Amino acid sequence: MATVQKDRSMLLQKEMIANHFARLEQAPETGEKVVYTFVPGNLTELIRSFGALPMLPEINALQSGMRKQSGDYIAEAERAGHSEDVCTYVKCDIGMMRSGNIGPGGTKLPKPDLLLLSYTGCYTFMKWFELLREEYQCPTVMFHVPYQGDGVLEPEHRRYMLRQLREQVIPALEKVTGRRYDEDRLREHLVRSARAEDDLVAVLQAGKLRPSPIDGYFGTVYYVGPIFSAFRGTEEGVEYYRALREEVDERAALGLGPVTPDGPLNDQKYRLVVEGPPNWTSFRDFWKMFSDERAVVVASTYTKVGGTYDFGFRHDPADPLGTLADYCSGCYTNLNLPSRIDMLVRYIHEYQADGFLINSVKSCNSFSAGQLMILREVEKRTGIPGAFIESDLVDPRYFSAANIKNRLESYFQMIDARRLGKTA
Amino acid sequence: MATRGEDAGRQALTRAAVVDRAREIYDDLDFGVVRQWLAEHPGGKAGGYLPVYAPREVLHACGFLPVGIHGGGDRLEIIRGDAFYQSYICHLPRSVIELAQSGRLDMLSAVLFPSTCDVIRNLSGMWKLLYPDVYVRYIDVPQTPDPGAAVDFWAGELERLARDLGDVSGHEPGDDELRQSIALYNDVRAMVRTLYAVRQERPWDVPTEELYLLLRAGESLPPEEFIALARGYLAAVEAEPRRPRDNSRVVIVGAFCEQPPLGLIKSIERAGCYIVDDDFLLGNRFLTHDVPLDGDPLRALAAAFVRNDQHTSVLYEIDPLGKRRLMRDRVAAAHAHGVIFATPSFCDPALLDQPMLRAGAEDAGIPCIAFKYAENSGQFQQFREQAGTFSDSIKLWGAA
Repeated sequence: MATVQKDRSMLLQKEMIANHFARLEQAPETGEKVVYTFVPGNLTELIRSFGALPMLPEINALQSGMRKQSGDYIAEAERAGHSEDVCTYVKCDIGMMRSGNIGPGGTKLPKPDLLLLSYTGCYTFMKWFELLREEYQCPTVMFHVPYQGDGVLEPEHRRYMLRQLREQVIPALEKVTGRRYDEDRLREHLVRSARAEDDLVAVLQAGKLRPSPIDGYFGTVYYVGPIFSAFRGTEEGVEYYRALREEVDERAALGLGPVTPDGPLNDQKYRLVVEGPPNWTSFRDFWKMFSDERAVVVASTYTKVGGTYDFGFRHDPADPLGTLADYCSGCYTNLNLPSRIDMLVRYIHEYQADGFLINSVKSCNSFSAGQLMILREVEKRTGIPGAFIESDLVDPRYFSAANIKNRLESYFQMIDARRLGKTA
Repeated sequence: MATRGEDAGRQALTRAAVVDRAREIYDDLDFGVVRQWLAEHPGGKAGGYLPVYAPREVLHACGFLPVGIHGGGDRLEIIRGDAFYQSYICHLPRSVIELAQSGRLDMLSAVLFPSTCDVIRNLSGMWKLLYPDVYVRYIDVPQTPDPGAAVDFWAGELERLARDLGDVSGHEPGDDELRQSIALYNDVRAMVRTLYAVRQERPWDVPTEELYLLLRAGESLPPEEFIALARGYLAAVEAEPRRPRDNSRVVIVGAFCEQPPLGLIKSIERAGCYIVDDDFLLGNRFLTHDVPLDGDPLRALAAAFVRNDQHTSVLYEIDPLGKRRLMRDRVAAAHAHGVIFATPSFCDPALLDQPMLRAGAEDAGIPCIAFKYAENSGQFQQFREQAGTFSDSIKLWGAA
C-alpha cells in the first residue's frame, strides 16, 4: 500500500488537534470549561476570552467518518429511534456518545458545560442541541442568527444579534466559567483572528494560479480546519496559517501543484469549482477520482461554511461584538440561494475554471435543497456545463464509488469535447 | 351581492352541503375561489404563504387575500417539480413548484416562506429567481428565549413586511386597519379552536376528514367566508348528530407541514381511531390566545407570538423538559389514549423531534406507533392495518 504523502502544515495541524483533544480529555480534572458549538457562526474568540475550550460536534462527526467509525455510530442512533432520513452528523454524534463518547482520536470527550447553540444557517442545529441537552442535561444558550433572506445583513438583524450576545450569550458564559466578560481580552483574540484570516485568504486565492498550488476543496478542508474550529484567535492558529501560507507560496514559486494522497498534482488538466460538502467516509477515494484525472479544484463553497473571508470579511477588534455578528451572518449556509449562485459564478470567472461540480449530500438540506436550480442557473450564467453527483456526509451506505466515478469520467470527457469543439 | 359564505351563514346548510363545498375548494388546484375573489375585488391582491406560521393579518390588512400553499397532495401529477429536487428531499416543495410552473399560482403577487425548515427557506431563494416579479419574503420568526429581544425583533420584521406588502398592493395599512385584520383573525382562530373543542368532545360528530376539508377551505377563502362556512358546519353537526362508536382516541403528531393525503386521514379513522388532536394546518391556530387590540397593533401581534404557548418542532424549545412533557400534556388535554406519529418522509423538524417526543410519551406509558407518508401516498392499506392494530391493542390492553 502506498504511503500517504502529507503537507508539513498537515502534520502541524495534527499536533495542534492532538493537544487540543488532550486538553479536552483532561478538562474534568483541570477544571477547564467546555463549550460545544457549531462551525457556522462559531464564537470561538468569545469562548476563548472566557478561558473555555470549544468543541464542535460536526468536526467530531466528520473525523469519525474519515476514520470509518461513523457507520457503527449511525446504526447505534437508528437503533435508538433516530430516523434514517435525517442528518448523519447528528446520528454519528449521538451514536458516538451512546458508545462511550470516545472521540475520533481515541480520547475520551468531556461533557459540555454549556451548549452554545449558534443557530446559523442550518435548521438541524436547533434540534441537534435540543437532543444533546436531553442527553447531557446541561445549560444551553440559543443565539439566533437571522438568515440573509434578501441577500444582505439587515441593520435590525445585526442589532438583534448584538442584543442576544450582550444579554444571553455573554451572561451564560460568565455563569458557566465564573469569569467576567473582558472586552480587551476578546479584542486580543480578534486581532489574532484577522492575522490568520489574511494568511488563509492568500492561500485560498492561490487557486487562481496555474498550476494551482492548492486543491481548493479536498486540500482546503484541511486548511480551514483550525480556523473553523478551535483555533481562530489563538497563537497556534496564527502560526499555523503563517506556515501554511509560506508552504503554498513556496509551491507557487516553484510552479508546483498541491500534494494529494497520491503525490503532487503538478500537471493539471482540469480546473474545477465545487459546491457542497465532501463525502467523508471515502474521502481519499473521492479525492483520488479527481487527481487520477488530473483535476484540481481551484475554489469551493463548502470551505466557506465557517466564514467567507475571501470576499473581504475580517474580524475587527475595533467592534468586538459587532464583528462577531457580522461574521455569523456571512457564513455560507446563511446566504440565500441567489447569493450562493453569485459566489459560484464569481469563482468560476475569477479562478478561470473549466467546470463546476455539485456534490449533493443526502444529510444536509441546508446545502442540498435547491442545488439543482443552482446547477441550472450557474450553467446559464457562465455557459459552462456542470456535473451533479450524490453522496452523503458520514453515512457509508450512501457513497457509491462506481456511480460517482462513472459520472466524473463522463463529465471530464464532456469538458474534453468542449475544448476540441472550441479549437476546431 | 352576497357571497357564498354569507349565504352559508344565513341558510341552514346540511352537513353534506358544507363538506361538499369545502371539498370542492380543496380539490381545486387552480384556486378558483381566489381567482373569483380577485375578480370581485379590483385592486385586491392574493398573497401566498407556506407552512407553518405566517402572519396572515398583515397580508390581509395590506389588501391581500391570504392563501395557504400546501402543495398538490395526491391530486397533482409531478412533471416539472421533480427536476428541482433530489429524491431525498420531501415531496411538498416539488409539488409547490409544480403548481407554480404550471401557472396555478400565477395569481399570487406575494409569497411568504416561513422559517419552518431549510427546504422551505431555500425555496424562498428559488422563488426569487423563478418569479422575479413576485414579492418574496423569508419569514424568520424569533428563536431567542429573551422575550424582550424577541418582541423587538419580530415587531421590526412585521413592520418591514407591512411596508413591503403595502408597496406591492399600493395600500400600507394604518393602525386601525391592522387592528381590524387582527380582530378578524382572532375570530378565525377562535372558530378553529371551537371546531377542535367540539371534535375533541364528540369526535363521532366531527370526523377529522370533514374538519380537515373545512380547514383547508379556510386556507383559500376570505376569513369572513370561512367563519360563515364553519358556523354552518357546526349548526349542521348539531342538527345531524351521530352515534358514538367504540373507537380509540388518538393524537396525530408530525403532520404540520407537508399535509397527509385525505385518504390517510380517512384510513386512520376507519381503522377505529378517533383523531382528537393533531398538527394538521397548524398555522391556522398557531397563536393560542387572542391578540390584544389595544396599543401598537404590530407590536401586539409580535408580543402575542412571543408569549404564545404553542410548542412545536419549528420553534426552539426553551424548557429542557419541554419535549419530554409535550406528548403527555397533549394526550391528557385531549383525553386521548395514544399517539400516532405520522410524519412526512424526509421532514427534518418532525423526524428530529420524534425520538424526544416518543421517549416522553413512552415514559408516561402512552402507547405510540409511527409511520411515514408523502402527500401523494396512494396506498393506504398498510396505514389502515397499523392504525387498526393500534386501536385494537389500546382497547384490549389500554385504558379505552
